[in-house]
Amino acid sequence: MSDSSGLARRGFLVGALGVGAALTAACTSNAAPAAAGGGANVAAAAGDNAEPGTPVTIGFSAPAADHGWIAAIAANAQAQAGQYSDVTLEAVNPTNDITQQIAAVETLINQGVDALVILPNDGSQLTSLGRRAMDAGIPVINLDRIFDSPLAYRTWIGGDNYGMGVSAGTYIGTRLRDAGVANPVIGEIAGIDNLPLTQARSQGFSDALASFGFAVGPRQAADFTAQGGQRVAANLLQAAPQLDAVWNHDDDQGIGVLAAITQAGRSEFFMVGGAGSANAMREIQADTSVLKATVTYSPTMASSAMALARLVAQNRGMGDLVEKEVPTSITLASATITKENVDTYLPLGFES
Amino acid sequence: MPDQKMAAPPVERVAGGPSAVARVLDSGAGRNLGLVAVLVLLCVVGVSTADTFATTSNLLTILTSASIIGVITVGVTFVIIGGGIDLSVGKVMALASVWATTVATQSFGPWVMVFCALAVGAGAGLVNGLLIAYGRIVPFIVTLAMLITAQGLAERISARRSQIVVDPVIAGIATTRVLGIPLLVYIFAAVVAVGWVLLNRTTFGRRTFAIGGNPEAARLAGLDVKRHTIALYVLSGLCCGIAAIMIASLTTTGSSTHGTLYELDAIAAVIIGGTLLTGGRGTLIGSILGVLVFTTITNLFVLNNLATEVQNIAKGVIIVVAVLIQTRAQRSSP
Repeated sequence: MSDSSGLARRGFLVGALGVGAALTAACTSNAAPAAAGGGANVAAAAGDNAEPGTPVTIGFSAPAADHGWIAAIAANAQAQAGQYSDVTLEAVNPTNDITQQIAAVETLINQGVDALVILPNDGSQLTSLGRRAMDAGIPVINLDRIFDSPLAYRTWIGGDNYGMGVSAGTYIGTRLRDAGVANPVIGEIAGIDNLPLTQARSQGFSDALASFGFAVGPRQAADFTAQGGQRVAANLLQAAPQLDAVWNHDDDQGIGVLAAITQAGRSEFFMVGGAGSANAMREIQADTSVLKATVTYSPTMASSAMALARLVAQNRGMGDLVEKEVPTSITLASATITKENVDTYLPLGFES
Repeated sequence: MPDQKMAAPPVERVAGGPSAVARVLDSGAGRNLGLVAVLVLLCVVGVSTADTFATTSNLLTILTSASIIGVITVGVTFVIIGGGIDLSVGKVMALASVWATTVATQSFGPWVMVFCALAVGAGAGLVNGLLIAYGRIVPFIVTLAMLITAQGLAERISARRSQIVVDPVIAGIATTRVLGIPLLVYIFAAVVAVGWVLLNRTTFGRRTFAIGGNPEAARLAGLDVKRHTIALYVLSGLCCGIAAIMIASLTTTGSSTHGTLYELDAIAAVIIGGTLLTGGRGTLIGSILGVLVFTTITNLFVLNNLATEVQNIAKGVIIVVAVLIQTRAQRSSP
């Protein structure tokens, strides 16, 4: 970097930077594909429930999306609320900070909304907040991550993590048994290991496999990211030169897992995903990769939570049930999506 | 590597008369030898605990895993030898990967994607460098702020989703093998080779050591410290840009979640590689050996089906032990 000829060089640099800035500025648009099947899934109200009731305001708080699943949760809640002429949605800014979420929900309580839908960043840490809302006479619909005390929510609705493991284990077990594989090597790529949800998924998986007389072989935890999935899968494939099946807990990290499998040139096994992203469903539909099935943990639960919040706030029951009030707890079933039924589920898939 | 000790004139060693062991440990080659020993030890453990460890495909897996963090570590080594620190690398890489994989960028084709990643990386580095050199803010604060900003910007652009790489050329980088070795490993090797020459065989490298060792003396000797500082951060940003294309190819996505805690992994590798955090001394080869040690540990743990927590404990212990050995060696050579 001598100083002679510095000016000419500087001129060139400035020019290059200008071109670069112009080009990169043009590159931040993500507009093109209208999220096919991604984003909003709404349920049409049926029967008596379809008729508009007392106008209600529903507050909504969820973590900031760092993952396609959470992004879909917010989109679904929004879209479902938009379906009703008698619902005003008060959605607070999503945040991953517990104290900020508490502050945001407190504003909603002070505003005196008619019902709250809360997906807490951490169920235990927001339990007292849920109680405060309930004490203030605001029914809380607790979405997915459950509060420690039933006093903190009117109704809980969420996915079945144990059931997800069971669905995956049953699909893999059945398929291997039908193929007559004697001592199959079954791999598992989990999410974040110290989360209770991961432990429940793994427990369900190994219990279901045990009913076929099979056991989990190599098992590693990634971190719900594509990068973690790639890293763990690349190493796991080395640990197991011969695999019969793999269950990967999460379709977002599954993008990385599939990349690692392609890079290693492996195809002797089949894989089952988890959550049910639109991307995974398209892979299953195309049937060109090892991904043959995925078990759902659907973010459509946010749409259902919004529907429940409306009914609770209006003191109505659920259409087909005899009871006059909404149940206190609803656990969603984990469906197994394969090539045969993927067309039915594709509209429910969320974009990664 | 003749130029790695600008700040510690050879006279000291002759005068002090330290023990032979300390002298070997203190020299760059000695420190590298220690790391090579650790690596050999890990390989011995690997061969004796896992049948598949010593296979070609496993060794290539280790090298591929090391390639991305390795490229970033090259840039960080330069910055640290030059007396600075770059905490922003992981998220600058994430930002570059996101920017390069938006639908708009991908529509321009692979070359624009590559250019975009490099421009974003170098641009972030330039901002870091300008703020440090002319804004007179300490590197720690500037790059920490860049880490947070880049994270936010990456989330903003990607709307917090994983952007899937549809371009076959970029996606193909990770699946391409030349003479049986993945292309990513060649890119890694090329970056290391260029970095080594730049650090040890050019005026730029000598100035980096001089400025890191004593910026005031370097300034009095007539070096343009400010401009050199900016160049170092641009270099680090450029490495992040290269790494962004590599990770986009390896994971087939651009995502704001990429590169989380890469800054710490890179700094840890640089430190156990024998580079002084205070600047002025260090080797690139040491840093790369540090990266290989960490990647091999990860591989060993997965091969033996052990949990990740234990792996982190092992990494922590290795960092402390490596630094302890270094400071001992320094103290015994006055």
